[in-house]
Amino acid sequence: MSNDLVLRVIGRLLIPFILLFALYVQFHGDFGPGGGFQAGVIIAAGLIFFALTHGVDTARKVVPDWLVETMLASGVLIYAGVGLAGLLFGGNYLDYFVLDHNPVHGQHRGIFWVEVGVATTVSGVMLKIYYMFASRSGSED
Amino acid sequence: MFGHFSYIITVFLMVAGLFIIIARGNLIKKLVGLSIFQTSVYLLYIVPGKLVGGTAPIISPQYTVYSNPLPHVLILTAIVVGVATLALGLALAVRIREAYGTIEEDEILARDHVVVAASHEEPV
Amino acid sequence: MSLAQHLPALQVVLPLISAPLAVLLRRGAVAFAIVTAAAWTAFAIAIALWLQVAADGAISYHIGNWQPPWGIEYRIDRLNSFVLVLVSGIAAVVLPYSRASVEREIPRESHYLFYAMLGLCFTGLLGITITGDAFNLFVFLEISSLSTYVLIALGRDRRALTASYQYLIMGSIGATFIVIAIGLLYLMTGTLNLADMATKLAAIKSTRPVLAALAFFTVGVSLKAAIFPLHQWLPNAYTYAPSAVTALVAATATKVTLYALIRFYFTIFGESMVFKSLPLPEIMLVLSLFAMLVANFVAIFQTNLKRLFAYSSVGQIGYITLGLSFDSVHGLAASIMHLVNHGIAKGGIFLLIGAIVATLTTRQGMPPAPTFDRLAGLAKQMPLTCFGIVIGGFSLIGVPGTAGFITKWHLILAAIEKDQWWLVGAILISSLLAVTYVWRFVEVAYFRAPPAGSAPRGEATYALLIPAYVLIAATIWFGIDTSFTVDTALDAAQLLMHNSR
Repeated sequence: MSNDLVLRVIGRLLIPFILLFALYVQFHGDFGPGGGFQAGVIIAAGLIFFALTHGVDTARKVVPDWLVETMLASGVLIYAGVGLAGLLFGGNYLDYFVLDHNPVHGQHRGIFWVEVGVATTVSGVMLKIYYMFASRSGSED
Repeated sequence: MFGHFSYIITVFLMVAGLFIIIARGNLIKKLVGLSIFQTSVYLLYIVPGKLVGGTAPIISPQYTVYSNPLPHVLILTAIVVGVATLALGLALAVRIREAYGTIEEDEILARDHVVVAASHEEPV
Repeated sequence: MSLAQHLPALQVVLPLISAPLAVLLRRGAVAFAIVTAAAWTAFAIAIALWLQVAADGAISYHIGNWQPPWGIEYRIDRLNSFVLVLVSGIAAVVLPYSRASVEREIPRESHYLFYAMLGLCFTGLLGITITGDAFNLFVFLEISSLSTYVLIALGRDRRALTASYQYLIMGSIGATFIVIAIGLLYLMTGTLNLADMATKLAAIKSTRPVLAALAFFTVGVSLKAAIFPLHQWLPNAYTYAPSAVTALVAATATKVTLYALIRFYFTIFGESMVFKSLPLPEIMLVLSLFAMLVANFVAIFQTNLKRLFAYSSVGQIGYITLGLSFDSVHGLAASIMHLVNHGIAKGGIFLLIGAIVATLTTRQGMPPAPTFDRLAGLAKQMPLTCFGIVIGGFSLIGVPGTAGFITKWHLILAAIEKDQWWLVGAILISSLLAVTYVWRFVEVAYFRAPPAGSAPRGEATYALLIPAYVLIAATIWFGIDTSFTVDTALDAAQLLMHNSR
């Protein structure tokens, strides 16, 4: 499949839009359907599409394993960090009300960062799962 | 009768999933069964959350009836758990295939017994 | 506003943060230091919470400052503060031990993942215990279970993979049953907060969905907690997992699930619904007796020491459910104290078996299975290790002066209270079976000649022995000074029975 010219060209054309759409879903998540989980999956889907058309080894150069593991871990840390920020500002754990002078803005800010964390982790996990299985298929049989 | 339609599908999926897990010896098929079984739970949660005529729960003066969003949030979490379980299960199946050369349960058991007989290890 | 009022959140969050940090920093030694620090801090927090609850009563913590029943509430009372101390205490002991043991049992490049998984597993167990929200409980249950599957699969024997797979299938079925039960309860009450759910359930107690929820929950927890006859995953999982994992899982995972069972039975469904209107106590009594007698009997015939004590765990879980089936303050208290009394004894034993395995392992070699033919005459070479296992075994038997005796004493009191004298006999018979399987180890290790041509082995290193002996010493301590275990358990049992409808 990675040698198919049509797929490669169309893939290159489509992937920027897929990633852009992921960002739309990400930032629209506060007020409508969307959010970090969906955005993370779409980002991962775009990158997996790249891996499918250009081969896993090329994809591994673009998004190396250490980066995937870092994404996976740092998303959880961002989430936990937002929670701890609530503590620092004098609220309870994961208290968004205290993150800004205006409680509604505080909620907005808290949700925004949590969604960033979720998107980072989810896309990391999805890529990790894909790499894990894709790298094994060649070594067998 | 028709009011309980969704529950009938839920129970059918539940039992079908459990049946596959128990009746099939292939490790991948067992995971398929497990996924179907878990899917039935998604249905169990989601369906009662929908109100006929209700809209998405974004407050607006035009609407008075909203569907319950909480089951969706819960099931999103449950789906994530399901994905993680499935990925881990498949990863284990791959490793088992590399270690035993098969993913059929009875063959795996047979191969362990061969090893046991050869090395006087304790039986499994 | 002080840090002290945020302890309930920090209890779970600090171990949670330690796991991704361990992944980020990638160095085995650094990951070890971070997760160990998190475990010790969590232990300190758990003790602080226990003291606070003992002095001022239950604590309620509102995550995100959303009032319950809308937000997630962490609720700590006498019962779960006690379980928190057990879980974090075991983790605080197992982690320092794991360094020396993991060195020999797990390839170097996956050390940091091992510690990250240990941190996650531990987060999940603490979360199940502390949360006051039904769905949150399920999520934490799956966090701990998924990381446990990974940890078991890290065992070097290829059978660790099949054991992990088997546990994954059985555990996921159990978790799905639990989530079905929670779903049915949510449909009936419209709330996920445990306390709120309990109030709302009072009016609709014997409706069919609630009864179905009770049934699903019971079966789901029985799978997860390895209650006889749903224990098939347990012997393999315990036998082939890395030693440190076996000790952690054996001492905490099943206990925490049993805690969830007690919590749901007494706080949510209510004692009258579970025990008065259904034949559940009778079923539980019969299954407990089977567990105590059959599992202990099967244990006698095992040739692998780890598997022997795994079957003994199934039997010991039988004591816990036996206490529940009495439906009395004494019985319940016996169950609650056995969570800790058995946890520390079994944790200590598995740590010492791990010390044997680590000592028998040659550099870079496969860790050998601790089978009896390899253990012959071991007491001469490793006197401290073998002596520790025997002391732990005494606690499993229930010899006076050990923690196990305290539980058995209260179980017998509860049986006599109910005029069930024949149960005293059953408890004694199961103790005799325990004597037999502990004796098998004593006979092999102390009275058999070492196999001809085996290399002489020294004692295990102190890095392995000291953590194990902390737990063994705790078994003796709680057998003599019972103010912590018995008083907390009786208090918690009284509160549960009193508040339960």
